[in-house]
Amino acid sequence: MCLGIPGKLVELYPQDGLPMGKVSFGGIIKDVCLAYTPDAQVGQFVLVHVGFAISQIDETEAEEIFTYLAAIGEADEAESGAPDQQA
Amino acid sequence: MKYVEEYRDAGQSRRFADAIRAIATRPWNIMEICGGQTHAIVRFGLDQMLPPQINLIHGPGCPVCVTPIEQIDKAVAIAARPGVIFCSFGDMLRVPGSRQDLLTVKSEGGDVRIVYSPMDAVALARKHPEREVVFFAIGFETTAPANAMAVAQARRLGLANFSVLVSQVLVPPAMRAILAAPANKVQGFLAAGHVCAIMGLEQYHAIARQYRVPIIVTGFEPLDILQGICMCVAQLEQGRADVENQYCRAVRPEGNRAAIRQVEEVFCVGPRKWRGIGEIPESGLLLRDEYASFCAEARFGLAGLVADEPADCLAGAVLQGHLKPRDCPCFGLRCTPDRPMGAPMVSAEGACAAYYRYRREELKQIS
Repeated sequence: MCLGIPGKLVELYPQDGLPMGKVSFGGIIKDVCLAYTPDAQVGQFVLVHVGFAISQIDETEAEEIFTYLAAIGEADEAESGAPDQQA
Repeated sequence: MKYVEEYRDAGQSRRFADAIRAIATRPWNIMEICGGQTHAIVRFGLDQMLPPQINLIHGPGCPVCVTPIEQIDKAVAIAARPGVIFCSFGDMLRVPGSRQDLLTVKSEGGDVRIVYSPMDAVALARKHPEREVVFFAIGFETTAPANAMAVAQARRLGLANFSVLVSQVLVPPAMRAILAAPANKVQGFLAAGHVCAIMGLEQYHAIARQYRVPIIVTGFEPLDILQGICMCVAQLEQGRADVENQYCRAVRPEGNRAAIRQVEEVFCVGPRKWRGIGEIPESGLLLRDEYASFCAEARFGLAGLVADEPADCLAGAVLQGHLKPRDCPCFGLRCTPDRPMGAPMVSAEGACAAYYRYRREELKQIS
């Protein structure tokens, strides 16, 4: 129910006094109300819930999880490599 | 799709599971609040990737599941009236009321329509000025800004034929109710990411402090959930109880100010009844007096209607994490998605429906 789908903003337009946008979800275009993400620009990704953009995706933060995983991987390698270094 | 597929990588998921295994030295009970997270956990088998001492308890975060039976009865009564167009999110149509569900009303000729957005209901009210258009405004904090905008827009457009049947609930009071219960087992929370995208993190600090529980604001894809669990286990092992944000790509600490402003303009906080749990003070949203003319219950004279939950449905215990769906004697036998006894078997995000869909074969093998 609280589903939020990330989509790319491809067009901005006003309707009945509200800022609206066309958002592409892997090629499927939907009309989305942008009243809650007034700074979103064409080309940026927004998170859409029941026809409303509720948040802009922070592209830098989106990479954090992979940096974290890479750090885990390096720590593992360092650990498994340690006995060889001692030998 | 970007920002979806890359968070579902099986190899990366295993690395998180290994990381959790490496730090977990004791049994821990962690509750994921949101039904969307429950669905992902069961669908992708994330719970089965974890070391056995990590127990995931499924929380009450499915608005369809916690909408009390009397609100369904009110919806059924309104939808059956001639001249009414009753609009709802699709999930609500098969939730059983005391006698009927909305789908039955529709099959008997009622004009019940599934909408994608509350704004679709506003558009219908504009198109059909001679009809009463009623929207079933259910949801948690995530949906409240959309529902608030529909009411505000109806007022701006002067639509006297539009009203809302409100069943808006709030997450933090439910977390407090769970933690305060004598039978509580929850030691850490994965908070619902999209609720926090609206409300921010502020409300959670007091809960973490008062009850000494770590709270990790978590997303909905497999890697998000596994990282959330990893962060939660790390805190539990270190004896910390802080609020942390796993879902930084979508959640700002302060939330979405514009959305909060709109919600506060239309709604105020008040008591709400939760299906299977009962009334929780300050746990829901009610229309403000300035918007009282949009209240469907008042318009159709249903404000006093009350109803009791069916005694043999254990949804309340499942929603509070006391029971897993398969512990219910009705699960998969008397209660199935085709003939649901309670809402958690209806909604795609209900724990019972998720177990029925993804874990039924496994249950057969056990029995």
